[in-house]
Amino acid sequence: MDYHSPASFAEASALAANATGITRFLAGGTDVLVQLRSELVKPDTLIDIKKINGVHDITRNADGSWTLGVATTGAEMSEHPELGQDWPGVVEAMDLIGSTQVQGRATLTGNLCNGSPAADSVPAMVAAGVTVTVTGPDGTREVAVEDIPTGPGKTSLTKGEVVSAVNIPARGENAGDAYLRFIPRTEMDIAVVGVGVDLRLDGDTIIEARVSLGAVAPTVLLVEDCAKAILGSTLDDATLDALAAAASAACNPIDDKRGTIAFRTEVVGVLAKRAAKIAYARAKGENA
Amino acid sequence: MSKLHVSTTVNGDAVEYLCDPRETLLDCLRDKLNLTGAKEGCGTGDCGACSVTVDGRLVCSCLMLGVEAEGKQIETVEGIADGDVLHPLQQKMIEYAALQCGICTPGILVAAKSLLEKNPNPTEEETRYWLAGNLCRCTGYDKIIRAVMDTAAELREAS
Repeated sequence: MDYHSPASFAEASALAANATGITRFLAGGTDVLVQLRSELVKPDTLIDIKKINGVHDITRNADGSWTLGVATTGAEMSEHPELGQDWPGVVEAMDLIGSTQVQGRATLTGNLCNGSPAADSVPAMVAAGVTVTVTGPDGTREVAVEDIPTGPGKTSLTKGEVVSAVNIPARGENAGDAYLRFIPRTEMDIAVVGVGVDLRLDGDTIIEARVSLGAVAPTVLLVEDCAKAILGSTLDDATLDALAAAASAACNPIDDKRGTIAFRTEVVGVLAKRAAKIAYARAKGENA
Repeated sequence: MSKLHVSTTVNGDAVEYLCDPRETLLDCLRDKLNLTGAKEGCGTGDCGACSVTVDGRLVCSCLMLGVEAEGKQIETVEGIADGDVLHPLQQKMIEYAALQCGICTPGILVAAKSLLEKNPNPTEEETRYWLAGNLCRCTGYDKIIRAVMDTAAELREAS
């Protein structure tokens, strides 16, 4: 295995484009190293992107949006004094992943590019409308997070392409996000179901909404029917029931040791309601 | 396959080693630097027995490559005592009999020291969450938590 630590994303992309066999990019390594050591994936080329300038930076841009370097860890996100005020759902979702030790290394980009349908940060990013900048042999492009995973362990990134930044939109007024997951224990487990909700209010009425579901389909889903169910409402009980029904209807889960199809389909509705209530309270400026 | 040369700092000492890019920092600490305090429990980042700090950040050394240590400041359990004088955490772990087989103990010491440096007055809940990535199959955790809480109280009084 060849190990490279390029000084720029253009160089990282060129290395990957010219590599033969299996290539992996290394950020936090909490998935890549486990796969490498267990010989699940045997990379011929490993490209460590952590020597590139700015990859640990959390930057609030002039328009209020955020740019996160791709090696920014969960711990760095949680410790940031303002990021979690704007996007508590995204920060909490990332913080759910693993132990203190894992938080010291794990990244949003790694969680996304690992391609797990149960990745905790991904539904939160999808709900929040997060995009990633992708650097490839032909330059850079901006891709919505929901367009990166294409199936378990698979992404839409092509040979030579590497995620070079995470872009979180400006929070704006009267808006809030939330992410909830179900696991059979209290901490450090893989989501059986995850739900991300982001919404904006005009007074008490929801005027913008994005709802995403994790671990209930081959990829994280952005579900328009869920958003439609709550748009224009004040999140009354009938609306919440409609949201739950839309979430359950959008599910296409598998039966496995962590949860059955029936269980996941039921629980996704429950979590959608709860996450929507938290996002709504946050949009009203309440602590939730 | 050619090996890679790494210069790094471990417990304040400048060290160098040659490693295969597949080797983890844990492999390098144990097999090249003879620092066998960090243990390989699971090798997949689940058990915390290999905990070290890298530039002050608590990590599993099994989830980091040896080559990634280039230019970093690594702290391991071997750096906790001051010569023959045990760190208060080590003293309390003995006092409370907070270990049995001892495999998890180095990782717990490194993790608990990292907690107290960040938060000298943690609640029991914060301590339990912080140490949730350090598995102990012998003690049931209670003595470990009490030892850490008591050390924190003692260090606060001393400062």
